[in-house]
Amino acid sequence: MERTIAFTLNGKATSVKTDDGRMLLWVLRSDLGLTGTKFGCGEALCGACTVIVDKQAVRSCSTPVADVAGKNVMTIEGLGQNGLHAIQRAFAEHHAFQCGYCTSGMILNAYALLLKTPKPTRAQIAAHMEDNLCRCGAHVRILDAVEQAAGAARGGV
Amino acid sequence: MKPVDTVESHPLDLSRRGFLALAGPGLFIFFGVERVSAYQEPARLPQRQMYPSDFNAYLRIGADGRVACFAGKVELGQGPATALAQLLAEELDVAYDSVDMVLGDTDLCPYDMGTFGSMCIPLFSPALRGAAAEARAVLLEMAGEKLQAPAGRLEVKKGVVTDPSTGNRVTYAQLVEGKRIERHLEKVPLKPVKDFTIAAHPARRKDALDKVTGKAKYAGDFQLPGMLHARLVRPPAHGAKLKSADTSAAEKIGARVVREGDFIAVLHERPDLADRALGLVKAEFDRPAPGADDKTIFDHLLKTAPPFQPAGRPTGDVAEGEKASAAIVERTYLNSYVSHAPMETHTATANIENGKVTVWASTQAPFSVKPAVAQAIGFAPENVRIIAPYVGGGFGGKSGAPQAVEAARLAKATGKAVQVMWNRAEEFFYDTFRPAAVAKIRSGLSSAGKIVFWDGMVVGAGEREAYPFYDIPNKRTVSAGGWQGGNPPGMHPFAVGPWRAPSVNTNTFARESHIDTLAAKVGADPLEFRLNHLSDARLRRVLEAAAKQFGWKAGKAPSGRGVGVACGVYSNACVATMAEVAVNKSSGHVQVKRIVSALDVGWTVNPDGMRQQMEGAITMGLGYALAEEVHFNGGEVLDRNFDSYQLPRFSWLPKIETVLIDNPEVAPLGGGEPPIIAMGAVLANAIYDATGARVLQLPMTPERIVAAL
Repeated sequence: MERTIAFTLNGKATSVKTDDGRMLLWVLRSDLGLTGTKFGCGEALCGACTVIVDKQAVRSCSTPVADVAGKNVMTIEGLGQNGLHAIQRAFAEHHAFQCGYCTSGMILNAYALLLKTPKPTRAQIAAHMEDNLCRCGAHVRILDAVEQAAGAARGGV
Repeated sequence: MKPVDTVESHPLDLSRRGFLALAGPGLFIFFGVERVSAYQEPARLPQRQMYPSDFNAYLRIGADGRVACFAGKVELGQGPATALAQLLAEELDVAYDSVDMVLGDTDLCPYDMGTFGSMCIPLFSPALRGAAAEARAVLLEMAGEKLQAPAGRLEVKKGVVTDPSTGNRVTYAQLVEGKRIERHLEKVPLKPVKDFTIAAHPARRKDALDKVTGKAKYAGDFQLPGMLHARLVRPPAHGAKLKSADTSAAEKIGARVVREGDFIAVLHERPDLADRALGLVKAEFDRPAPGADDKTIFDHLLKTAPPFQPAGRPTGDVAEGEKASAAIVERTYLNSYVSHAPMETHTATANIENGKVTVWASTQAPFSVKPAVAQAIGFAPENVRIIAPYVGGGFGGKSGAPQAVEAARLAKATGKAVQVMWNRAEEFFYDTFRPAAVAKIRSGLSSAGKIVFWDGMVVGAGEREAYPFYDIPNKRTVSAGGWQGGNPPGMHPFAVGPWRAPSVNTNTFARESHIDTLAAKVGADPLEFRLNHLSDARLRRVLEAAAKQFGWKAGKAPSGRGVGVACGVYSNACVATMAEVAVNKSSGHVQVKRIVSALDVGWTVNPDGMRQQMEGAITMGLGYALAEEVHFNGGEVLDRNFDSYQLPRFSWLPKIETVLIDNPEVAPLGGGEPPIIAMGAVLANAIYDATGARVLQLPMTPERIVAAL
């Protein structure tokens, strides 16, 4: 059904008039031009499209835009708007990426973890990141980066 | 490593105007063709052009002192943007942070065959270094004239030339500004590696900031005014023929339809609405008769293979070796089709303006895509520009770019910019899989426990590294069919192609599994058995280095400890890998606890980058060793997404330790592929050591392990 959906996107009030059954990923990328969120599988199996909705990591490829009405949405473009976030800095320092295509999703999924669990163990990080796929095999460095970011971000992400 | 907040970002203006502004006051220097000829890529692939002799093709010094480096290579994640920038900065004596990389653009960059085969460093970088060294020498000569000092007395640091006697200085930017210089210098020596301060040291990746902020642009991130997103009608199986298609329902929801014979696309301004429209197209296909499936494929390959060709030069006489054998061991090793499965699917955005088409495409070979697009839409090649921006993984699977042709055709047909982004099912369907293969090895042992003959054959994988490097008096190997193409029609039910270290994963799995079987047969420690048959100094060194790091304790397998070793060669790089695994004997589940890998790729341009490649290859290798296998029924590919096709995940991770052999005697080699080649065998050998079960087929799924037990 076509209607206007209003939500907060990266801190700004946003509204989109569209079919409310469309998935958030495509509204972000195509209607709103935020291309940092990636398409990987379309079935919530890889995590490349991960964004934050009200402090939770969600798969935007499988989240109808109607579901975010009135909510707070944050994409990679919204993280570190005032300088790199600790997680971004740690990913850059550890080279916790290669091709970079999964990186937005990795960083935002890690962000959701640190919101909930500021001092995770390495095993907790790995478990939380389990369903985010990386084909290049940057996994070890991603764990290192999230660990470092958790240490650096004490006092709140 | 320095903290990242010192990283500066200087995005290049790559518009035509921006480029001309950059190129305008450039430096035009030529050097002799004969020197460049030594740097050409190998002649095994057709339609090769050599790297240009025009120095200006590789670099420009801007009036602001920034240096643009042009290379036809593509940043797939493997790090050429960083390593090539290091080499340029080093030879030119400019700051690493002052170098901006321009990669994979057929209008701006010198021709390059493609980014594959671990060739950036061994085959392209010498040309780049030569150009930079020549430029530096010419700049010093010019500086000498400007400062009225002999060039030999001058010092240069970070693009500033100083005369130490007078303290006078001039910058490269000042020297080239507003000038067009044509100078030719012969025999400019390269800087000795021992003097390097930028290359041969770890470097911050050039792409770090772009990638952690989401600013990195991939082919699908180019969004042009009025652009349409296209979805194509695809057959349900390879070999299926379109009977009929009704697109009226798609048109009713506002999609535009393009139909040229069997080429049918629905287009919409929103990608997901194009997808919805595609779902409304009623297409009927004639299905081909069912062919081989993933279980019968190995018999099928043996039946359909072309004639065998020698792989390597036979040594001795296998028949004599057989007579001298006290024991004969024959085994057949199998591996299944494996997908590249890059996280970014094949994507292209095409735009036609003023009779010229520009296509941003996820491809490893923009210069090969250019003639394909030109031919498909009837444009002259000079009116086709292909740009490979950041590419979300390739691994050999993006060596072509059919999606670029699709996007260009649709842009021409609609008069609009068009984007084609394959969905995951299309990515699996049109993937050029690593071929399924059968390798049979027959070998003999003397009563003294030495290998006296080796008679190997491989079908499907290709011949590379099938011929064993071990000291065996009588050996021969033959090969039929491969990833390179030229296979008889019907041999493979779908496309096959290069997959990270093509041929060599399969052949290393077979050889190194077999060596362990022979070692077990004579009750020898697998490492010692290898060293007893190995005179190659570099291979011995990587084995010994891995053993030292691993803390290898000699023992006969199966020892129950779950440790294994394997080694191999890829394009002159030597690798040895050791593993420790735990196997659940009732479920067949394997947890890899530890991997140690030692690699000799000569001296390394970027040691940290090389470790990234090693870690990545080891992690990716867990997949083909333990889980990755394409399921299919004839030409129908049954894996359509990551629910059935399993990629390695965080919970699979072993502790990974990488050992880089510093070998200044060997010019630097590529590192993207070698570290993955031993992963199948090292895990097979460790599983055997843990359980006494020899798994002869990759991937070693829990079911196959339980069956082998």
